[in-house]
Parts: sequence; structure tokens; C-alpha cells
Amino acid sequence: MEQIMDNKLMNLTLKIWRQKDAAAEGELKSYALTGVSPDMSFLEMLDVLNEQLVAKGDDAVAFDHDCREGICGMCSLMIDGQAHGPEKAVTTCQLHMRQYKDGDTITIEPFRAKAFPVVRDLCVDRSAFDRIQQAGGFCSVNTGNAVDANSMLISHDTAEKSMDAAACIGCGACVAACPNASAMLFVGAKVSQYALLPQGQPEREKRALAMRAAMDAEGFGHCTNEYECEAACPKEIKISNIARLNREYFRATLISE
Amino acid sequence: MKLDSKVPSGPIEKSWDKHRFELKLVNPANKRKFKVLVVGTGLAGASAAATMAELGYQVETFCVQDSARRAHSIAAQGGVNAAKNYPNDGDSIWRLFYDTVKGGDFRAREQNVYRLAQVSNNIIDQCVAQGVPFAREYGGTLSNRSFGGAQVSRTFYARGQTGQQLLLGAYSSLMRQVGLGTVKLHTRREMLDVVVVDGQARGIVCRNLVTGESETYWGDAVVLATGGYGNVYYLSTNANGSNVTATWRAHKRGAAFANPCYTQIHPTCVPVTGEYQSKLTLMSESLRNDGRVWVPKKKADPRNPQDIPEEDRDYYLERKYPAFGNLVPRDIASRAAKQMIDEDRGVGSTGLSVYLDFKDAIARIGEPKVREKYGNLFDMYHHITAENPYERPMRIYPAVHYTMGGLWVDYNLMTTIPGLFCLGEANFSDHGANRLGASALMQGLADGYFVLPYTIGGYFAGTKLAKVTTGHDAFKEAVSSVNARTQRLLKTGGKTSPSALHRKLGHIMWDNVGMGRTAKSLNTALSEIPALREEFWKSVAVTGSGEEFNQTLERAGRVADFLEFGELLAKDALTREESCGGHFREEHQTPDGEAKRDDDKFCHVAAWEYKGEGKPSERHVETLTFDNVHIAQRNYA
Repeated sequence: MEQIMDNKLMNLTLKIWRQKDAAAEGELKSYALTGVSPDMSFLEMLDVLNEQLVAKGDDAVAFDHDCREGICGMCSLMIDGQAHGPEKAVTTCQLHMRQYKDGDTITIEPFRAKAFPVVRDLCVDRSAFDRIQQAGGFCSVNTGNAVDANSMLISHDTAEKSMDAAACIGCGACVAACPNASAMLFVGAKVSQYALLPQGQPEREKRALAMRAAMDAEGFGHCTNEYECEAACPKEIKISNIARLNREYFRATLISE
Repeated sequence: MKLDSKVPSGPIEKSWDKHRFELKLVNPANKRKFKVLVVGTGLAGASAAATMAELGYQVETFCVQDSARRAHSIAAQGGVNAAKNYPNDGDSIWRLFYDTVKGGDFRAREQNVYRLAQVSNNIIDQCVAQGVPFAREYGGTLSNRSFGGAQVSRTFYARGQTGQQLLLGAYSSLMRQVGLGTVKLHTRREMLDVVVVDGQARGIVCRNLVTGESETYWGDAVVLATGGYGNVYYLSTNANGSNVTATWRAHKRGAAFANPCYTQIHPTCVPVTGEYQSKLTLMSESLRNDGRVWVPKKKADPRNPQDIPEEDRDYYLERKYPAFGNLVPRDIASRAAKQMIDEDRGVGSTGLSVYLDFKDAIARIGEPKVREKYGNLFDMYHHITAENPYERPMRIYPAVHYTMGGLWVDYNLMTTIPGLFCLGEANFSDHGANRLGASALMQGLADGYFVLPYTIGGYFAGTKLAKVTTGHDAFKEAVSSVNARTQRLLKTGGKTSPSALHRKLGHIMWDNVGMGRTAKSLNTALSEIPALREEFWKSVAVTGSGEEFNQTLERAGRVADFLEFGELLAKDALTREESCGGHFREEHQTPDGEAKRDDDKFCHVAAWEYKGEGKPSERHVETLTFDNVHIAQRNYA
């Protein structure tokens, strides 16, 4: 069989945040992991560690994951201080071990933010995002109300711009990367998706005010133009969405009574 | 057990209207008196929950993920079909109906499929109204494309993220209702039992995945929208957490399981690289429009693909199917790849792949054009494999992708347990033996937005429901059986991880109940699965306790259910002595290697009834009749 790449297995030292539950104190624990293939994804590497821990009778490291193809937004992790690790525009599940070399030490922590309390080990509670969405991240249209889809013309460019914002997977990397733990990129993306479309117009002001207020109530910080969120976003959501959120919010405060 | 499909009589074009008229209505003021529990928040569950809440019902939703926005519907790439005929290319409700019945190899109910085609147009309208940013033409109208071999352009899409955008649309409607206080959201909950009181589904038992507590919830009806069972094969394109547990536990409480052997295997996936592999990633089959599939003529040829001259290559699809070539349907392309690998002509370090080569396409239309058409797919492949597909052929292999079987439901989407409904991929209803591309999103949303909200009203209006609380003995019994099982998992004292045992099951299923099935391979599976199940209960290692967040325990519970379900799947495949759609029995094929149905003996739905632990399940039959579509053999040679 052909050898298409250097398949040399690696030995790694992992420093992983362990925390039994929300109330417990956490700490970094070291694990030596041998025989890591460069073809493994980062989460498959953690799977191997967990299988070894369980076989020894130890508790597995808890981490969130589901689709493992970069779209569900369930996986997270601060890897050596970077949300979703060192590679640009990928989620942790799409990060591969070929990014690392034999002998490396990797530090793995949960996403850190006041509004994202740790559930266990590397899992955090991101339900604050759901509550922000409940405040106004929708068009109030009941099933059955809709008119024919083509009765509303939306230009190609507008639809594309809206789609750029709608591509957000709600993973929370923007919050984890921000020194203020601000959720402005997440909120900006949702507000932008609707503000750009005719369907979003009837509730445009109400939405900007309500989602912004919900964000503050959840304990997220303010934006100080660090651009860390844009750099960490696995879906490359642009910072211009934050500018649009600010404009939408400002406009809404002027217009609304 | 009696299977009454409740399919309306009369002309098919009028059957849904007639049925809706005949369903009794619940007075608007009375709707708030009924509580519905919806398990699963994918396209089907979220759309059903939001719509029922809009109508005035009390709704509670449950999902295993940390948010209702993450269900695996989100990963669907291609698009959603509708019979809008916007491109003016001859589409109609009748044509979508016809294509779906034929694509399902004449193993679906005509009336269900007709209704699906009818409401497909409402789905597009609804999603646009919600603010789903579908692709648009420059004039501002919606874009359509042809997909999955359809001869008309009826697929609506939002880049390669259609599932994501439709799910986020349904999720936004659901969040609106949560904000209005009409829906209660329960995340990180896994349904582990259905509670049946006086023959009616009246509640569920969930594990709170954070605290480990067994929680009970009562309702007037229970809706399962918990997805497919592809992960019984261990490796599939499904999300890691996708599982059969909710539908299997419902089956053990009396819900018939229909056609479990109908599984779809998709030919163009990124191949397995090692034993640690946790999932297979799908690449759009549009790649086969320009790529040529081949393997070396020589067994175990050690050369790099670029160094293998034309005369030593076998473009086997073009050789075997000269008319369709690389564009043969999914099932045929998948089986042909398996045959090459069985002949020891597979490629890559594992030998478990075939080449998909764009060399000729690049020479013909140039690399920039290839990049424009397939750039995102090439990038994804490059990213996963670290191989540059512009320079060396891609390696692909088939993977389990979708399961057409599921809980048996009648025309109202109700299972054989009154008050227990089942939607989306979790039910068996609309795709027959094979699902066409861009039809899964359509079915999930049809069930949730436009079918269940009507039919559940008919159930409530026509049923006497006694008052039930979670203090009822049936709840106590269900909780104690859930807890006993958890304790059993924790106390085996074994040394093998649940994943390792799941992998073993996957090997048995893939080797014996995969793309090509024979009586011999199925009998092998039927002897190996019970043996593995026994091994599981002796050797599974579950660390930690039941009273905490414990992902090892969650996994073990799901694998235990797959170990029971896999046997039923194999048994269903053994008793269906014909080939149809995704179910290919090697004994039953045409001389060209096509699936050969036996309409005299098997033009029916097989619905299995659980008879208790250690007892053989009973096979019931719902006969299928085709009054509107002429039944014929598929032919692609």
C-alpha cells in the first residue's frame, strides 16, 4: 500500500481542565498520551484518551461535541488559549492532529465567560444565547400565514449578505476569545440577518433593542474593538456585523418612543 | 396488533383535504388544556413544537444537546425539494409525488407521499416568511437547482448549508414561543422511556444529563422526532450523538418498528483512515458530474495514482454501466465500490477507498473552472485528508447516511400506541425503500409544520383522556426500570469502553448487513449480535456514577439499545427476500446487477411487534397498493 504522508505517531502531554460540576473548584491535570496519529481529529484524540481513562477505571474528560463536521456549533474548547485552536476558520472538531508534532504539550480549557458557567470539565452552559434569541431573534410569523415565496423580491446581493450573517453556528467562540467576554458578534450576526431582509423590517427596532438588552442582562461584556471575535470565528463572521448592530441599536433608540 | 393506516379513500388529489375536513377540531379556548411533549428539536420536532404552541397548545420540548439549535438536521447540505415549478420546467405536485414513489422503489404509501408533495410548496413560503436566506437570482426571485438526478430543478437551497438555515428558522419560531411562555424548553435531557397509562402515551422519563436525575413529565400526547438509527453501524455520516434509544424504548412499550432494513448508503464520503475514526464526512455527490471513478487493474498496486498509466486503470463504473457511467444512482455506485474493495483493488493506506479523479476535467475545462464548481468540496477534502485533490485523485468510500425505516405510523403520524406520534426520519412513512436527495428536509418540515398540528387536534377531539399526574404508578414503574438499567450498566465491573463495543457492533453490521446482504451474512449477524450483547453486559466499563454528568454512561446506554436494535434490523433484512432501494439481497438481482423486487410477495410494509425480552418479535404486514403510479422496475444500465 502506498504511504501518502508521514504517518509517524506522536506522543503528547495534555493539560486538561477538570472540574466535577459547576460548584466544584477546577484544576489543570496532566495526561501523557501516546500513539497519536496525525490523521486524527482533535476530538478523536480526546476519544482515545477517554477510552484509555475508562479502561483504567478513571472518569472520562467531559467535552461537548455532536456533528463532527463543523456545523452544529456544539464543540468548543480553548486550545493553548485560542478558541477552537490554532487553525483559522475551523471548529475544534475539524482541527487535525497534523497541526502538532511529537513531544508537544497542549493545554485544553473550557470557553471562559461569566455568562457561560462550566457544567463539567470542558462543557459550559451556553443557554444565554438561547435567551438572547428568545428576546427577539425571529420574525413573528405563525405557520400558515405566509404568502407565496416569490411575491417578495430580494436582491441576490442582499440575500448573500444576509446569509453571510446567518452562517453563525452559535458556538460562542466570539465570547471566549473576547477579553470582555462580549457577545456582540453573535448578536450582531442575528440582528444583521433580519435587518437586511424585508421580512425583518416590521420588528426591526424592537429586535435590536430587545436582543441588546437581553445580552446585557446575561452578563456579557461590551465591545472595545479588539477584533478577537472575528479572528476566532470558525465561520468567519465579519466584525462589520457589530457595526451594523450599533447602527441598528442607535437608529432604534432614535425612532422608538 | 392491528395496523390501520387510516388512509382516506377516494381520489388522491382530494384525500388530504377530505381527511382534514373529517378530523374533529379542538375549540381554540380548549387547546390550552392539552399538553404535548415533543422529544427532539430537529426540523420535525422544532417545527411541530412551534406550530402547536402557536395554535394554543401547551408544549414542552426535550433534546440531548445543550441547545435546541444543534440537532443533526443542521448538517444537511444540498437543499429542500418543492413542487413550485418556478423554473417553468414541467414540475408539478403530481411529478414530485411520482418521482418520490418511484425513487422509493414502490415501497411507500401513495397517499402519504402525495400529501408530502402537496405541502412542499407551503414549506418554502413558510421558511421565506421566517427570514431564511435562500439563494436568489439577480432579479430577486428564488434560485432552484437540479439535485440527486431529478430531471427538473425543484431544489431550493442556502449555499451548502440548507439544513442549517431551515433548522435555525424553525428554532427561531420555537424561541419566539419560549419567549411568549407557551413552550418550556428542556435541554441536556435524554428520553429513556415512554409512559403508557390505560393504553395511551401519557408521559416520558428523561435522564437529566447534568444532574443524572430521572425526571418524569406528563402530557396528553407524546411526539418523538428523534432522528434515524444510522449509528448502529458505528461509522456513519450522522452526528456522534444520534441514536435509536427513544424510538427503541417506545418500541419496547408497544410501538411497531417498520422496515428497519431500509438503510441508505451514500457513495461519496471521505474514507476511513484508522480505527480511531469517529465519523464519516459526506461530500456532495455532484462531484460525480465531472470526476471519474477508478481503481488499479492490478491487485494491491503499490504505485502512486499519478504513476499508474491509463492502461492499468479500471474505470469500472464506465465499464459496467456504459450508458450512465459515473452517474449511476447512489446504491449502485456504492455496491460497485464495495465489489472493487472485495477484489483487493481498493486504494489508500487502508485499502478501503476508490479514486475519484478530476485529471480529465481539469484538462478539459481548466483548474479555475473546476475550482469554481467544486472549490468548497475540494477544500473540505484537503482539510480532512491533507491531500490536494487538484494534484492527486480524491479517495472516496460509501458510508451509511440515512435510514428510511422507523416507527410505524398511520396517516395521522400516530404510532401503534395511541397518543404517541412520530415525525421526520424517526418514522418510516414517506421514502419507501430509498430516499431521494433533498427530500429529508421536506419530510421533516412537512410533518412538523403542516401535518401533525392538524392530526393531533383530531386525536384530542376524538379521545377521552383521564387526568394523569407523574404520581401515577405507571410513572413509578418506568422510573424504576430506567434506574435499574442504569445501575446494571454501572455495575458490570468490566474493562472495555462502550465505544470499543460499539465499534465491534459496527463491524458486524457493516460486513453482514451493509451494502450487499445474503441469507448467509444475515444469519452470521444474527448469531454474532446476541453474542456481542452478552459480551457487552459482562465487559462494558462505565466509570463514574449515575448521579452526575456522565457521558460514558450515556454512550453505554445508547450502545446497549443498538445491540438490541441491530438484531431486529438483520432479521427484517433476512425476512425481506427481495431487493428494493437501499435493501440489496445479493440472491435477488437482475443480470445487470440491479435490485430485483418481488412485488407478489413483498409489496408491503413489515412492522415488527416487540414481544418481550428473549422472545422473537412478531412481523406484521401492511399491504401497499398502487392505484396512481404504475409499478415498474428501475433500470439504469
